[in-house]
Amino acid sequence: MKNFSPFVIPFTVGLIILLAACCIKWVRWYRHFTPVQKSQIRKNLISVNLIRALVESVNECLLHHRVFRRNLMLGYMHGSIALGWFLLIVTGAVEAGLEVHGDRHVWVAVFLRYFVHDPEAVCPYAGIFAQVMDSLLLVVLSGVSLAFVKSVYHKVVGMRKVTRHTAFDLFAKYSLWFIFPMRLAAESATASLYPNGGWLTDAVGSLFSVETARLMELPLWGLYSFSLGLFFASMPFSRYMHIFTEVPVIFFRRLGVRETDRRSGYTMYELSACSRCGICIDDCPLNRDLDHKTVQPVYFLRDIRYKRPQLETAEDCLMCGRCQVECPVGLDLISIRRQMRDRGTLDTAGTYDYLEKVKPFNAIGRVGYFGGCMSHLTPGITESMKKIFDAAGQKYWYMDENGSVCCGRPLYQQGFSVQAAELRRKNTRLIKDSGVKILITSCPICYQSFTKEYRLEGVKVMHHSEYIAGLIASGRIVVTRGDESITYHDPCELGRGCGIYDEPRKVLEASGRLLKTGQEREKSLCCGHNLGNTLISFEEQGKIRDSALSNLTAPAPDIIATGCPMCKKALGTGNDLKIMDIAEVVARRLIFS
Amino acid sequence: MKHNIVIIGAGPSGIEAAHCLAVSGEHVTVFEKMEDPLENLRNKAFLFPDFTSASELTETFRTKLQHPYITYRGGTSITDMERMDGRWVLTTDRGEKIDTDDVILATGYRPFDASRKEELGYGIYNGVVTSLDMEKMLLRGRVVNSIGDLPSRVAFLQCVGSRDSKVGNNYCSKVCCITAAKQAVEVKKLLPEAEVFIFYMDLRMWGQGFEEIYRSSQQDYGIRYIRGRISEAAGTFDGKVQIKAEDTLTGLPMKMSTDLLVLMVGMEPSEGTRMLAGRCGICGEYGFARSENRHLYDNVTSREGLYLCGSCKRPMCLEDVISDARSAAMELLKSR
Repeated sequence: MKNFSPFVIPFTVGLIILLAACCIKWVRWYRHFTPVQKSQIRKNLISVNLIRALVESVNECLLHHRVFRRNLMLGYMHGSIALGWFLLIVTGAVEAGLEVHGDRHVWVAVFLRYFVHDPEAVCPYAGIFAQVMDSLLLVVLSGVSLAFVKSVYHKVVGMRKVTRHTAFDLFAKYSLWFIFPMRLAAESATASLYPNGGWLTDAVGSLFSVETARLMELPLWGLYSFSLGLFFASMPFSRYMHIFTEVPVIFFRRLGVRETDRRSGYTMYELSACSRCGICIDDCPLNRDLDHKTVQPVYFLRDIRYKRPQLETAEDCLMCGRCQVECPVGLDLISIRRQMRDRGTLDTAGTYDYLEKVKPFNAIGRVGYFGGCMSHLTPGITESMKKIFDAAGQKYWYMDENGSVCCGRPLYQQGFSVQAAELRRKNTRLIKDSGVKILITSCPICYQSFTKEYRLEGVKVMHHSEYIAGLIASGRIVVTRGDESITYHDPCELGRGCGIYDEPRKVLEASGRLLKTGQEREKSLCCGHNLGNTLISFEEQGKIRDSALSNLTAPAPDIIATGCPMCKKALGTGNDLKIMDIAEVVARRLIFS
Repeated sequence: MKHNIVIIGAGPSGIEAAHCLAVSGEHVTVFEKMEDPLENLRNKAFLFPDFTSASELTETFRTKLQHPYITYRGGTSITDMERMDGRWVLTTDRGEKIDTDDVILATGYRPFDASRKEELGYGIYNGVVTSLDMEKMLLRGRVVNSIGDLPSRVAFLQCVGSRDSKVGNNYCSKVCCITAAKQAVEVKKLLPEAEVFIFYMDLRMWGQGFEEIYRSSQQDYGIRYIRGRISEAAGTFDGKVQIKAEDTLTGLPMKMSTDLLVLMVGMEPSEGTRMLAGRCGICGEYGFARSENRHLYDNVTSREGLYLCGSCKRPMCLEDVISDARSAAMELLKSR
């Protein structure tokens, strides 16, 4: 066979293992998609979403745009290796196409310099190719060097803590690191014997004497092939599987596939798409304030993927969603966490018998108001809402004033999916039977539940901040603007959960002087009392709250405002600070005409 | 200006300590942030366990404060204190520097701010009052509901701001159990027709005569005790308060509407206690001042020339405060 040498075998075997394993996994996972997920894909397959997915894939998988935004050095590290190597492969394949005719096996492009000693003779552009390939190799080598420095000194890429990898992941990583120096050495050895080098390989090759080059050429190519083979073979079983799953995850997501209450094939894709970069570690409040080291998504997902999930790890999470904001792959970490908390089968028969006693109400012509369980513990909020409704001349139905039924989300977050559905059914019937067209709630937990977990077609669900902002904008209520300074705490459920950042700010700007804080909007800090976590102690919650408070009190405001009864209670615990809900801020500045 | 001894705080403990020192021939200056002394005591009607009129004690303390060796400086806060060259240097809110050998901290407590337990509706619903508000009503001899009428039902809730990790106070305030029993009896004396309930976690009738009041409150006055905390209160359209609770003896949830909900607020270190204990490095748990040893040296601190007395150390009842003030004076004299 022309263009063959036994040293290409390790590479070829590795490649075969890689492709076979990938195909098997992809097909198996796809078969476990739910019918709804599959129909989503079929429905959106021919649409502009496909182009968007393509753009996102290039942006994230090659350019690493999100990682760049987080830290330039970290972005360069990932981008240089991914994009650099990708271009090496593409350029190498093009060059091989121009220089080799017949017998163009897959390894020929990879080991081109070994097989084509005098490329100028067959291709006029060979010189340019050599220079380009050498430059790309240097880019990749710079990325690998940075990765090496990072493994000793994390701060170079702006990370406080990095992932503690398994031995197998480390093995895969070292074989990856080994590939590029070996390639340089092998190509340089060849370049010192034949005129096929570029500027870099020529320079390195000039260090070899002819005897050494002759002696070392084959073993070096062998080592290069061997490290490639090892890396390829370990890829499907290590964290490097993310290279082959991130792209499909982006496509599925763009086509409308979402996580469901139970684990599906899509979850399997997401689990493997985690690159274990560890970016989720630093901003996790449990890590930052409590030093809980094993519960972050990187470890949680790894445990599930390797089939040794720990219930305690699943439970020890606030579900504040801070990690999800940072995740460069954009994985749905909260849903995967919730799937692991499955308690739907627990026998809770009889617990919800009281639901029958809650009677429907005819509220046609009114808006519905749902305070939520937590607002009952913060009557300052519900009383303020009553004042605001009165000031706006709005007739309302206070749906849960007496005999309230929980929205179900606290149960849902804890994995009681079946039980939560029972509460949702009851509330849905109450809302539909009442005839309201608008339902306002003061609780972001309920708000998220109503908007995402309920199916309330024909009913517009609003958080009270949206509603109040609308009243102010339309002039239905008039508020005097005071000169008190205010900082605003974005509740996890409202901000990161539902994307409502602007309305509360509009309302507060109409009532006082709104100050900026260091970490706000999607980067806001959890108050520590998110219902997602029932494991941590009250003292531990307090430590997380204090972090949030130090961010809020830094600009020395007169008032700390928030839009969630839970956050309000949490922030006000054990201190004398003035914590108010936006409804309270507005209610005391109302002008009655 | 030179002073021998400075006492910060003119409550019962500060005055008692000052008086003890004065009769022993020491010159004492007493600083008090309010114009008038005895801020907390003045608002009390009757004292447990013998229903002594609080005004009797107030008068006695006022007389004690008149001692010629005592200089009273009302309306002056101490904003800072530090040890320099073997003496204490105090700064007042007027920027004055006071140089003294010894200091007794008698900065006391403040009542827990009930609005921090928002679910109980204090400051939101007029029918929700604190034990202090109730004491003021008893002092005037007229207990009324939110619209000025005589209440037909009054509910007391124990442990508001005490034994409650949710507000950061895990400790027992010691005086509320008996105070509620005492106030309930007084309410019944004024309004024999009214129903009176006391919601509690457990009752701590630790002092001499306390158990007797507890027993008599049930046998003679028909006051009903319900074991369980109130989880939330809500206003009703007619100015009453609807409370949700769990009777933990029957294990059943309950709802009740009442004219008055009286929150038995606990004791927290006062602002002065927090600040000065912090400045002197003797800050103990929950912001109270820390003495050297609970058993043997409960009036001295790790700082030379700095003594403690009264409820700046922990919740105390009046009897304890007075004895403690005397022992602080004795401790100081011993060091001379």
